[in-house]
Amino acid sequence: MTEPASQEIRTDDYSVTYDDATKTVACQGSLRLSDMAEYKPIVELLERVSEVEADGITLDLTELEFLNSSGISMLSKFVIRVRHRKTVMMSVRGSQTIPWQGKSLKNLQRLMPTLDLQWS
Amino acid sequence: MTRVFGHYCERLPDSPEFLIIGFSPGSIPLRQRWRNNGLSADFMADYLMTFFPDDESEESSAQRQAEIKSAVSYIANELLENAMKFNDANSNLPIGIELQLHEGSLTFVTRNTISREVVSEFERYIERLTSCDPQELYIEQIEKSALGDGNGSGLGYLTMMNDYAAQLGWKFESIEGDEGLVAISTMVRLPV
Repeated sequence: MTEPASQEIRTDDYSVTYDDATKTVACQGSLRLSDMAEYKPIVELLERVSEVEADGITLDLTELEFLNSSGISMLSKFVIRVRHRKTVMMSVRGSQTIPWQGKSLKNLQRLMPTLDLQWS
Repeated sequence: MTRVFGHYCERLPDSPEFLIIGFSPGSIPLRQRWRNNGLSADFMADYLMTFFPDDESEESSAQRQAEIKSAVSYIANELLENAMKFNDANSNLPIGIELQLHEGSLTFVTRNTISREVVSEFERYIERLTSCDPQELYIEQIEKSALGDGNGSGLGYLTMMNDYAAQLGWKFESIEGDEGLVAISTMVRLPV
């Protein structure tokens, strides 16, 4: 298995970055792309991250202000991929000051009951 | 032909406070227009905040304001995305979104046109949405879509129902003079 180096996708509206040192993917800004074809570069980044050699992977959403339902679907699939690894722990960091997160992030835990949801 | 599904209220009391945004489907590709959905949704949310003034004497007021603003932005964006994505390319009829203020609730109505050919598939989906447990259906949809590359998550309506306690309804109407098209009104009632 090849280790992906740290990598990032940046636009005016959002960024998705992976830091290999901390095994953390961070999504920031506003993700409202139209369909899975548009989300593809991010999906591919997440797929590579879901395969890294690690005891745990962290998804940091503390600066993700907006996510549409296609984006929720994409992050849900990422969580399922990590769940299939069985030996990899998953943490998700959310922000109490971003209202959609309080409403919707619990759904990720329903997909993976061992998922550690951390609020700041 | 008029058919109604779910919590569609035909006789909504008139609200003196409302906002309507209309779009005429032009020749610009959907992808280029896509940004408009988010801009319109955020505008609706910002505009609405005038009617929910921040009461500085109450600490919870600012938080409630933020919650309503975020919910309006999410729901309006999802409704517009659906209306744009599923609107029939041959239709010249406008696409619209309306937000009405009522006592204790906000009502969204989007209007768009779909091809008669896709009506039965959409009706079957609505029947599942209105008869199944939405929490279970949500997990089922995600697990199913994780197995394939299928487009369209089908999660928009389900997140509104599960995460925002919204009530949804639909109205299908024939269009006079055009047998191939059906007008769809989607109504979402958000308790506030």
